Amino acid sequence: MTTKKMAIIATKGTLDMAYPPFILASTAAALGYDVQIFFTFYGLQLLRKDLSDVKISPLANPAMPMPVPMPVMVQMLPGMESMATMMMKQKLAKHGVASLEELRDLCLEADVKFIACQMTVDLFEFDKSEFIDNVEYGGASMFFGFAGETDICLFV
Amino acid sequence: MNFDKEFDASGMSCPLPIVKTKKALADMASGQVLRVIATDCGAVKDMQAFADQTGNTLMASEEAGGKYIFFMKKK
Repeated sequence: MTTKKMAIIATKGTLDMAYPPFILASTAAALGYDVQIFFTFYGLQLLRKDLSDVKISPLANPAMPMPVPMPVMVQMLPGMESMATMMMKQKLAKHGVASLEELRDLCLEADVKFIACQMTVDLFEFDKSEFIDNVEYGGASMFFGFAGETDICLFV
Repeated sequence: MNFDKEFDASGMSCPLPIVKTKKALADMASGQVLRVIATDCGAVKDMQAFADQTGNTLMASEEAGGKYIFFMKKK
């Protein structure tokens, strides 16, 4: 049986959108898939050594369940983003959901390959020293070399 | 049922029970049995799907006192 393959393109850098790539990648790896994640645009934030700046905002996120209805005028007040992030992290911990750091480590342990989009790294003038070490840098063509052979390819 | 190793995934949510079951199986020998305890009800279907896709054998899957117990025989 040939090894199945999955490729994910991670483009978002918010707390809620950071989870799906790492959850799917770690699970696929556990099922024996060969997995690569291509991080581009804001998804690059998920490669930082320090993930504490990965946050969630209730603003422009009307589907986010809130304990009490919150008018947009309130959501835009200073500190609301930090508060929403703190509440979300507490909720995740309470339900036994792994932290992003733990899921990312599990991906790396399972040999999930992380590729950072060189163009967007340059575009946003990211400092590679702020990223974790296990990252390869490349472009879309390099990614397609793998993605073209996959059984599952997702854009997150 | 006899088992060679146990992994307690109580309190863990998806995908940790599966991902860590895979890790627990890694240093076991073929034919050995891993007993997994989980509290995440999603693990019931996930553990079967894990077995189906990895070739390991889910020998038993039972519920007792709000916990789900699995016996996974390594391929």
